[in-house]
Amino acid sequence: MEKGDKVWEVFIQKKAGLAFKHVGNVHGYDKKMAIQNARDLYTRRGEGREIWVVPAEAIVSSPLEQADAFFDPSEDKVYRHPTFYEIPDEVKFI
Amino acid sequence: MDKHEVAFNDLIAQDLKIEPRDWMPEKYRKNLIRQVSQHAHSEIIGMQPEGNWLLRAPSLRAKQVLLAKIQDEAGHGLYLYSVAETLGISRQELVQQLHEGKAKYSSIFNYPTLTWADMGAVGWLVDGAAIVNQVSLQRTSYGPYARSMVRICKEESFHQRQGFEIMVQMAKGTPEQKEMAQDALNRFWEPSLMMFGPHDADSAHSSQSMKWKIKRESNDYLRQKFIDRTVPQIEFLGLTVPDANCKWNEETGHYDHSPFNWDEFWNVVEGNGPCNAERLEHHKKAQSDNAWVREAAYAYAQKTDISAVAQ
Ligand SMILES: [Fe+2]
Ligand SMILES: [Fe+2]
Repeated sequence: MEKGDKVWEVFIQKKAGLAFKHVGNVHGYDKKMAIQNARDLYTRRGEGREIWVVPAEAIVSSPLEQADAFFDPSEDKVYRHPTFYEIPDEVKFI
Repeated sequence: MDKHEVAFNDLIAQDLKIEPRDWMPEKYRKNLIRQVSQHAHSEIIGMQPEGNWLLRAPSLRAKQVLLAKIQDEAGHGLYLYSVAETLGISRQELVQQLHEGKAKYSSIFNYPTLTWADMGAVGWLVDGAAIVNQVSLQRTSYGPYARSMVRICKEESFHQRQGFEIMVQMAKGTPEQKEMAQDALNRFWEPSLMMFGPHDADSAHSSQSMKWKIKRESNDYLRQKFIDRTVPQIEFLGLTVPDANCKWNEETGHYDHSPFNWDEFWNVVEGNGPCNAERLEHHKKAQSDNAWVREAAYAYAQKTDISAVAQ
């Protein structure tokens, strides 16, 4: 990579009330350039109301290799789901 | 076969997507990098033949439209570089491979754009052919590539429509304008059809790419689809298909076409087209002319941006 050139991951919120969504990356030497480049690249047709740019190297990912083990703690906890509980039929609105 | 490969084959068989951090065969990665980088470079180099007419557009509206279209193509190139980067190659390497002639771009951009009608023919035929290809690639097996195709396809349809609008204006204009429209069609017809690549039987990378679902439909299938859509549009314009053998075939339910001049195609791929040298030179020059901007941006970031210091 050329000196000072950095990769930023870009997240866009389309409108208020919606979650930010990852759209791709952008190159830029600093925050301001990154956000302006992200605007020019990913919102040429009014696709966004807010943009986040995050240095790619700052993103921490969960392991893929042992993904099963990593997510295992949630596997056997059926009592976290509403269907686990028995409610008498005549009871409404619950 | 090791468990990674089994898992990979499984994802492909089920029509699921491969994501950047998933295990993938080295050849799948290489194949994808080759295809995506070629696609990216085509978008970038493809700005040049249209840029040629930017300052000579016949009206302010035409100029605005052309500029917006060219900006989109820059965007497409950058989406695709971003996809290639997820495969572990840097943008600098990608550009270097282009400059060294190791990475290719679509041969169609090695033809000159001689008249304003060419802006019509390029948008209509070149973007039209690209759309057929890209719509098919929305279902490619590599997740980031598929997502970029969805985004690109949304943007492309204006490109083709603005091109066709120019063709209508020219073809229904004065006799001289109509002649220019016919001439543009004559020059761009066959090269556009060859954009889909060699015939299936002669395509070096096709069969493996189809197995891995990088490509979803064959070169010949997509080419025929494009021909079948486009011939009626040519008729609407009152122009003549520049191929005497291009006739509707009741039996096949498709338009026939003459054999293509593949010698010319390969000659242009090998670097001997009318504009190969010019296109590459222009790209290199822009890159080196802008070196001072990158240096200044770096120096400025060092002084002002806290997040730049960590590098
Ligand atoms: Fe494009
Ligand atoms: Fe386009």
